[in-house]
Amino acid sequence: MTSETPDLECRELSKSFDNFKAVKDISLSVPQGTFFSILGPSGCGKTTLLRMIAGFQKPTSGDLLIKGKSVLDVPPNKRPVSMVFQHLALFPMMNIGANVGFGLRQRGVNKTDIEKQVTRVLERVGLGGVADRPVSSLSGGQKQRVAIARCMVLEPDVLLLDEPLGALDLKLREHMKIELKQLQSEFNTTFVYITHDQSEALVMSDQIAVMNNGEFEQTGTAKELYYEPSTAFVAGFVGEANRFSATVRNRSGDGLQMATAQGQELRGMDASGGLSVGDTVDVFVRPEAVRLSRKEQDISGLGNSGQGTVENVLFNGANSQLILRDQQTGAEMSVALPQTGEFRDLSRGDLIHFGWEHQQTRVYAATGGRDDD
Amino acid sequence: MTTDRSKLAFWLLMAPLLIWLVTLIILPHVGMFLVSLREKVGVREYETSFANYAVFLNEPLYWNTFARTAYMSIAATILTLLIGFPIAYYIAKLTRGRTKTTLFLMCLIPFWVSELVRTFGWMILLRETGVFSNALQYLGLAAGPVELLYNDAAIMTGLVYTSMLFMVVPLVTTLDSLDDSLIEAGYDLGASGFGILRQIVIPHAMPGIVSGCIVVFMLSLGNYLTPILLGGKDSLWFTGMIYSQFITRFNWELGSAFGFLLLGLSSLIVFVGLKLTGQSLGKTMVQT
Repeated sequence: MTSETPDLECRELSKSFDNFKAVKDISLSVPQGTFFSILGPSGCGKTTLLRMIAGFQKPTSGDLLIKGKSVLDVPPNKRPVSMVFQHLALFPMMNIGANVGFGLRQRGVNKTDIEKQVTRVLERVGLGGVADRPVSSLSGGQKQRVAIARCMVLEPDVLLLDEPLGALDLKLREHMKIELKQLQSEFNTTFVYITHDQSEALVMSDQIAVMNNGEFEQTGTAKELYYEPSTAFVAGFVGEANRFSATVRNRSGDGLQMATAQGQELRGMDASGGLSVGDTVDVFVRPEAVRLSRKEQDISGLGNSGQGTVENVLFNGANSQLILRDQQTGAEMSVALPQTGEFRDLSRGDLIHFGWEHQQTRVYAATGGRDDD
Repeated sequence: MTTDRSKLAFWLLMAPLLIWLVTLIILPHVGMFLVSLREKVGVREYETSFANYAVFLNEPLYWNTFARTAYMSIAATILTLLIGFPIAYYIAKLTRGRTKTTLFLMCLIPFWVSELVRTFGWMILLRETGVFSNALQYLGLAAGPVELLYNDAAIMTGLVYTSMLFMVVPLVTTLDSLDDSLIEAGYDLGASGFGILRQIVIPHAMPGIVSGCIVVFMLSLGNYLTPILLGGKDSLWFTGMIYSQFITRFNWELGSAFGFLLLGLSSLIVFVGLKLTGQSLGKTMVQT
């Protein structure tokens, strides 16, 4: 069923507001049936990009193709895309059935067919028999499903989702992530999902584009972004990371040897290529890549190691973290606390050895004083 | 102890409202109703009967005027709605910040002068030697002076102008509360501009439309100044009839009956209007 032409394609799409370039020459291509996420901090231009795809905003330059056809001159009510809005935008003046059937009514489908299709799509999202109820009688998660059903009943080529989980509470959000993914594979429709929440993007997406300052920093699968971030921004934004500033001392192949201003020795991999001796660099290491041990010999084989005092234990069940202060350099770092029971009695002021492999250390040219999110 | 106090506070707070309602609304109406039921049978001799109401039914001029006042008021209300809705939509949805405030103020400013002055303003524009007449002659579109006053169109213009604000304000309030994303969602799902207006904007604005219409209708029906000044002697407005019964003919009995008929008429039309649009008075008042 998958055809050669991608469902959605952007070619050097740009949007400027007065002097501000919100979206800069973005090119992307989303094959049929893909769950594509655009992940970025607020204000990075992702909403503008989505609104351009939906047709609410006109690109300043570039081209936008759906199923291989340019839709630049197609108004939003004629585009084969549907959008799930951030606050869902269900029509409060209509009951659930009328909401879902709204798009079909605009197309002039006859009444019995509308009723049939509405019933079918509501059953598919697990809400059979609610068509006559008012929208206000639904819970947050059910409203979400009605909003998706309202779009899916039109069988759009691309479904756009504008952070629809933002308004839900944490527990429900976790649940809806899985449900959205299931709905997507069931309908086998191309989803374009924008979010600032990395875990939403990582869990659901086939492809993720990380967006910053109107540009795509990197596009790839969740694993690629997590294990092989190609820019410092991605390394800092996707997943947690400890960041050090250092200077390159030595280079052999892709391996680098560096030293921080405090004199800490670090070993890592040149992630973006082209670094040479003397460069100032940003070094990223994930808290979960750091190994802890009470005995020094356990970690002596690792590329980077040290000894630190426990500054704080941020207990959060499976996501517990340890704030360590390196004894030698005074640098602070956060380390994921393994829940194997071994470190259960660890508390403030304790001394512990830590270390990590140099392959797990990714090094980028320093970008200046930018903080990771 | 505390409940006694809060009860006292409650009655003290309610007192001005109750005094106002009882002394200025309820008592005069009760008095007027009793007056309307009096039939004069001789000098200072009265009997209780519906004779005054019978006079109204037996004299075609009276109930013709009555009906004319009703449909002219309804027409004025509909016209005000048709003109006011796009204005309100523009102010509420298509402008932001300063422009919005400015436009809103521009609707409000005419109401800083009294209704009398505003109506005189229209007379200056419309009379035989007025601005429009002179302009038409100057442009060669009319041979001689044109009298634009003293007809139904002039009355209608005055009524619409006088009540515009009372339509625009509730409409702006309800349209303001319409989430823009609902309009976008409708558009996204394939609706045309007209479809969105009919299925999303108007249903949402219905409480505002209804409350605006009620106010404008009441104001038009009970308006005395505008129809008399702009319509002249032939304006045939029911309030004018009431006035002449009370003031020129000293027939308080008939005047009171007319007053009650007008009250009944306005209540009936508002009731029918609410039923037709499926709104309730409570809902309308809460939402605006």
